[in-house]
Amino acid sequence: MSRRLRAALTPYALIFPGGIWLAIFFVVPMVVMLSLSLQSGSVEEGYAFAWNWHSYADGLSNYHDQIIRSVIYGLASTVIQIIIGFPVAYWIAFKGGKHKSLYLFLLLLPFLVSFVLRTISWQFMLSDNGILLGPLKSLGLLPEGFRVLATPYAVIGGLAYNFLPFMVLPMYVALERIDPRVLEAAQDLYASRFQTFLRVVLPLSLPGVFAGVLMTFVPATSDYVNASVLGGTNTTMIGNVIQNQYLVTQDYPTASALSFTLMALLLVGIFAYAKALGTEDVLEVAAR
Amino acid sequence: MNDSSRQDLAFLRGMTGRRLGRRDALRLTGLSAAGLALAACGVQGKSVARPTSSAQVESEVDKYWSGKVKNGHIDFANWPLYMDPKLPELKEFTKRTGITVNHKEVIQETTSWYAKIQPQLAAGQSIDYDVMIVTNSFQLTQLIKLGYLAPLDHAQLPNFAENVGERYKNEAFDPGNVFTVPYASGMTGIAYNPKYVDTPPTSYAALWDPKYKGKVGMMADSQEIANFGMFALGIDPDKSTLADWEKAAAKLEEQRDSGIVRKYYDQSYIDPLAKGDIWITQAWSGDIFQKNLSDGTDLKFVIPDEGATIWTDNFMIPKTAANPVDAIMMIDFFYEPAIAASLTEYINYVTPVPAAKEIIVEKAAKASGEDKKTLDMIASSPLVFPSEDDYAKLRTYVTFADSEEHKKFESVFQPITTS
Repeated sequence: MSRRLRAALTPYALIFPGGIWLAIFFVVPMVVMLSLSLQSGSVEEGYAFAWNWHSYADGLSNYHDQIIRSVIYGLASTVIQIIIGFPVAYWIAFKGGKHKSLYLFLLLLPFLVSFVLRTISWQFMLSDNGILLGPLKSLGLLPEGFRVLATPYAVIGGLAYNFLPFMVLPMYVALERIDPRVLEAAQDLYASRFQTFLRVVLPLSLPGVFAGVLMTFVPATSDYVNASVLGGTNTTMIGNVIQNQYLVTQDYPTASALSFTLMALLLVGIFAYAKALGTEDVLEVAAR
Repeated sequence: MNDSSRQDLAFLRGMTGRRLGRRDALRLTGLSAAGLALAACGVQGKSVARPTSSAQVESEVDKYWSGKVKNGHIDFANWPLYMDPKLPELKEFTKRTGITVNHKEVIQETTSWYAKIQPQLAAGQSIDYDVMIVTNSFQLTQLIKLGYLAPLDHAQLPNFAENVGERYKNEAFDPGNVFTVPYASGMTGIAYNPKYVDTPPTSYAALWDPKYKGKVGMMADSQEIANFGMFALGIDPDKSTLADWEKAAAKLEEQRDSGIVRKYYDQSYIDPLAKGDIWITQAWSGDIFQKNLSDGTDLKFVIPDEGATIWTDNFMIPKTAANPVDAIMMIDFFYEPAIAASLTEYINYVTPVPAAKEIIVEKAAKASGEDKKTLDMIASSPLVFPSEDDYAKLRTYVTFADSEEHKKFESVFQPITTS
């Protein structure tokens, strides 16, 4: 093989394993799901392809409440994560010194425990007469009927907790890359520390925040574990509905249609968000 | 709870239904039209007519069992805590027959278990288990209808014929026990924590009582809440119609919207009940009994005056099982009264073998101290050995004619729990 030919083929050879992986485990299931969402029939008779757009209409009309709720919960948890996560990322990036990697490791440590178990541990902590609320109630600081579990706050809190590292890490990466000389320059130009932060650090960290939002808002919106473990009545998210439609009702078309609706909604949301932030190339920013 | 790992590849594979033949594959690679590729993903279902005459059953049985031999091993799929973890019964079985049993607690929920095994069964593949325990349900009816279960050879079940109570033979979901035989039964009733509830509830009205606002637990299962809604309205679930379902749904919706229900639970209601997060809840009889015995809690279970639901968990052999002969031997072994008694002592659910009661009473007479107390409690518990009066108050789940009716039912009740 000539050197030239080999050079031409190398990129394809490199992309081959990943490409095959994506084709088998992403593209094929997507086509199957798309097909399923347009089928009609029953579990006994089998489902057959029929361009059946009903599932989309039915799904939307029956479950728009849950879709809207999921988006609201997703947004709320993302905002909380930015508020909690930014100072953490800032502190590690600028004040972490030589222990930076240790702090990052500590941040990730709880996440070596299974997602579901972590969420269930919240049940113990927040139980009505548990270690947190029990003493406050007996001191009379909280009314007897007060509860956190089985409320929207518990679900949003759980979401914020579970996805926090995915917010902090990209923000940390963006902050860490800021050239100290830029900060010195700001000071040389008589910027106060606050002005430096507002006009130099914050704009430079935005790509990290952007990536963090992408990596937390999407999974938080489609999550179903938090709502089922920490939620109560009227806290069902769209992920729970989809799971129910697949496993309980075995109405595969509706479940698939809902999945696609959710995906479309999230995609539109993400691109609108990118436009608003002035970032044309969403994916490049996310990868940064 | 369902973790995402359950929706694994097998499930996706099942969605694609039939294996692609060579011609299909060629067609697919051509991808002449996107529509064709989409259409190739149909999910197949094949309803099999239930054998109607006894002669038909016999020929099915002969066809299945001829040429099958004992292999010396069984893979057994069961629910968690549905057998003493030390497996004394299975050890005894191995000692007697030389057949080893691999007992796995892999079934958490009927629906997700069904979703997991259905694709393999549809493809005619082994699910790696020779015997499994499934509750009477829409899914069980489907397993039978779709022809996934082996017809049982009753000639190989002498203990079943001799020892099982008439009530547990010939149940509505499988007349003549053609495909299933009972493992244990239980009741769905009301459980409460006496620390917070001072007047023992006697009626379903307690679950609608505003004084328990935010402290009432209900189940996420449509069948379970449906029955409770109907009992509360005085409707017999066995004979219910669509109009009855809608009335029951309205009643349940009222209960939810006035903030009385804290949450719709799967089996996870037990800990919140013990901790006081909920005070009164829908519950399965054996759960409460087991929790009290194992953790020393003092939770109470009542069958309300209006009646309650009884369900049965059943042994069955998938048609594709590798060791059906060994499996049916083990099934029959569980109907020996001494074995049934030993199992009941641990699981505290209703045994289909009435003779087990005497054995437990005899054992209690010989035992002393704590053991005696426990055994006496079990032998006298109406939750383990219900009296005729108790049985008269018990009803079964709604049985569906077909999946359309099931879908209708779910569409009435699912919006309540997935609000």
